[in-house]
Amino acid sequence: MTLEITTARPDPALLDLPWSTPLEDWPEDTLAALPRGISRHVVRFVKLGPRVLAVKEIKADIADREYAMLRNLRRLGVPSVEPFGVVHGRTDAFGEPLDACLITRHLQFSLPYRALYSQNLRPGTAVRLMDALALLLVRLHLDGFWWGDVSLSNTLFRRDAGAFAAYLVDAETGELHPKLSRGQREHDLDIAQVNIAGELMDLDAGGFLEESADPFDVAASIIERYHSLWDELTATEQFEAGDRWRVEERIRRLNGLGFDVDELSITTDIGGTEMVITPKVVDAGHHSRRLLRLTGLDVGENQARRLLNDLDAYAAATDRQGEDEEILAHDWLAKVYEPVVRAVPRDLTGRLEPAEVFHEVLEHRWYMSERAGHDVMVGDALADYLSAVLPSKPEEKAVLGVDTQEMPVISGPL
Amino acid sequence: MATVTFDNATRQYPGNPVPSVDKLNIEIEDGEFLVFVGPSGCGKSTSLRMLAGLEEVNAGRILIGDRDVTNLSPKDRDVAMVFQNYALYPHMTVADNMGFALKIAGVDKGEIRKRVEEAAKILDLSPYLDRKPKALSGGQRQRVAMGRAIVRSPQVFLMDEPLSNLDAKLRVQTRTQIASLQRRLGVTTVYVTHDQVEAMTMGDRVAVLKDGILMQCDSPRRMYDHPQNVFVAGFIGSPAMNLMEASVTDGGVNLGGHTVPVERDALKSAGKNVTLGVRPEDLELSDDGSGIPVTVDVVEELGADAYIYGSTEQKLLASTGETGGPVPFIARVDGRRPPEKGTVIHLKPKSGHVHVFNADSGERIGD
Repeated sequence: MTLEITTARPDPALLDLPWSTPLEDWPEDTLAALPRGISRHVVRFVKLGPRVLAVKEIKADIADREYAMLRNLRRLGVPSVEPFGVVHGRTDAFGEPLDACLITRHLQFSLPYRALYSQNLRPGTAVRLMDALALLLVRLHLDGFWWGDVSLSNTLFRRDAGAFAAYLVDAETGELHPKLSRGQREHDLDIAQVNIAGELMDLDAGGFLEESADPFDVAASIIERYHSLWDELTATEQFEAGDRWRVEERIRRLNGLGFDVDELSITTDIGGTEMVITPKVVDAGHHSRRLLRLTGLDVGENQARRLLNDLDAYAAATDRQGEDEEILAHDWLAKVYEPVVRAVPRDLTGRLEPAEVFHEVLEHRWYMSERAGHDVMVGDALADYLSAVLPSKPEEKAVLGVDTQEMPVISGPL
Repeated sequence: MATVTFDNATRQYPGNPVPSVDKLNIEIEDGEFLVFVGPSGCGKSTSLRMLAGLEEVNAGRILIGDRDVTNLSPKDRDVAMVFQNYALYPHMTVADNMGFALKIAGVDKGEIRKRVEEAAKILDLSPYLDRKPKALSGGQRQRVAMGRAIVRSPQVFLMDEPLSNLDAKLRVQTRTQIASLQRRLGVTTVYVTHDQVEAMTMGDRVAVLKDGILMQCDSPRRMYDHPQNVFVAGFIGSPAMNLMEASVTDGGVNLGGHTVPVERDALKSAGKNVTLGVRPEDLELSDDGSGIPVTVDVVEELGADAYIYGSTEQKLLASTGETGGPVPFIARVDGRRPPEKGTVIHLKPKSGHVHVFNADSGERIGD
C-alpha cells in the first residue's frame, strides 16, 4: 500500500516522520515530549519545523471521521484543536498494515488539567475549570454537537484573564445534529459528571489533589453551571407590553455573558398586552469580536473584556470619550498595550500569552496601588511585575502533559 | 431486570418527509439479548437511542417493564450504555475504578463494595480488586470497564456498535465473550450492529430494519430458514442468498426448465412472476442438464467445501417481456471435486429449500 497524506497545510517535512514504525516505538529524537494523557490510544507529540503536532494512532475510518468533525467544529467557530491531517496506508518494515494517524496542531499556551493540578493551584481553580468546561459544553450543544465523551482529559485549558477558556481536544465520539434533544444534552452532562469525578478522584489517589474540594461536589457543579447558563441563553421570558426595556435588558445580560444575540423572537398576544421573547440564535465571543474589530487583537473572551475595560479607562483618563472608537483604540494599542507586551524580555515570552501578561500587569498595578494607598503608574507596575512575578512563573507555551499514562482498555481478549 | 416494549414507537426528524423509525413494535423479553441490524440509515441506532432517551419519540410509547419511559430523561430510565466511556484511572484500584460512579448515584459504601465484589466474581477479577489497572492485561482492563456498567445493575444494557473499533480477529473473540457474559448476567440487552454475522451469532432474536421499518424480528435460525421478505433473504446469510426472477407455471415455478413445486394456493396472488431465492448451500449439481445453468468464474476452495462464484442468464421475464442480463450466482459444492473455472454447470435446489417471494411486494409466499 502507498502512504497517503490528507492535509489542509501540505508540509513536505511530514514525509520525514517515521510512518512505517508503530507510533508507540517512534524514536525519541522525533518527539517533542514523552507520551502523556489518559488515553485509549497511543498519542505522541512531534516537532515539525516551528510547530508541535499531536499524532494519534487510530482506525482509518475513525481518523477520517474525527478529522472531518474537527474541521466542521472549526468552521462553526467552536473552540477546538486544529486538525492538521490524516495519514493512511501505513505499513511496517514487514509490509504489515499499521493503523492510520490523525494529526492535530498543538494549541499554544494550552494546559492539560493535570499540568494545572501539578502547579500550586490558586484557590478556586477547580471551580474556574468547571465554569470553562460548562461554557464550552453549552456552546457545543447550541451548535448541535453531542460530545459523547466529555472529560477533563479531552479538554485543554487556556488562561483567560484570571479565568480559563476550554477547548475541545477529542471529537472521536462526537456527532453533529441539526439540534440536540434534551436527552442528548443530559446524557453528555451525565458522562461529564462521571468522568470528572473519576479524573479528580484519580488525582486524589495519586496525591496531586491539594484542594480540599470534594471530587464529587466539583463534578456535580458542572451540571448546575451548565443549566444556569443554558437557561439564561435560551429561556423564554414573558412580560407586559409596557415593559419593553426588558428586551434591551435581556440582550445586555447576554452580552455580559459574552454572547451576541443574532436572532431574538418577539411575539405578543392578540390584545398586545403581553410580550414573549426567546433568544433564537446566540453567538459566543461578544467581547473578543469587538476587540478584534477595533484593534486586530485575537484574544480570549475574558481577556478581551479586560482589554476593552482598559480602553474605556484610557478614553476617560485622556478625556476622549466622545471620539471615534477606532481611532481611540488605535492610540490605546500603540501607547498602552504594545509597550507593555513588548517590554517582556525574550526569554520570558514563553511564560504567558501577551494578553494574559497585560491582564496580570493590570492586576499587579491594582494590588500595588492598594498597598501604596495611591494610583501606581503602569510603567512602575510593569517593571515590578517583570522583575518580581513573571520570572517565577512556569513556561506554558508548550506544556504537553504531566504525570499521565496511556491506559488502552480494548487491547486484548477478555 | 425487565422486559422492553416498543409500542408503535416513531421518530421523525423535523424537515424529513419520512420517519427515521416508523411504528416500531417489538416486545423484548426479560433477560433476552436482542440485536438490531440493518444497513446504514436503517434506523437501528435511532431505535436504541429512543430507548436510551437520547432521541425524542414523536409517536407511540416505550416501556421498560410496566413503566412508560417515553418521556423520562436518560438517567431516570435505569438503562446503561456499555462502552460509552471506558477510561480507566491509573492511580485508583480496580475496585474503585469499577465502583466510583455509584457514589454519584448516592449508593452507600457497603453496598458499593458488595456490588463490586459480585461483579468481580462474574468477571473473574476478584484477585485483582486491590491492584492498579496498570498491573492488568488488556483483556482484564476491558472487563474492569464492563464492570463499571455491571455494578450499576441496570434493568437494560444498551450497546451501540461496541466492537466497531476493534480489528477483525479481536471482534470475533470479544463478541463471543460479550454474549456469554450477557447470558451469565441475565440482563435484558439491546445491541446494535451493521454486521449480520455479529447479529446472528450474538442475538437470542434479531430485528432487521430497513428505511426505518422493521422487516422481521425472529430467532437467528428462523430468520435464516424463513426470511419474511426479499430484503431479509438477501441481507441475512453469508455468502448471500441467490435471488432471481422466475415465471410461475402450473404447479410451481419454472427455474431453468426445471419446475420447483410451490403450493398452488400460495401462488394465487403472485401474478405471472415471482422472486425465487436459494441459499448457496442448498444447491446440488445435476448431471442430466436440467436446472440452472451457471458459468463458473471463480472457484474458492475451502477444503471440505468449495464455493462457486459465477453467473446465470435471467430467463425471459413475464413482468417486463425482456431478457434480464447475467446475474451473479453463488453455490457451495463438494470440495473434493469442484468444477473447473470457465465451465457451465447445472444446479438444482434441494427440495424444500426454495424461498418464494411476491415479485412486486417482496413478501414471502407460502411457508
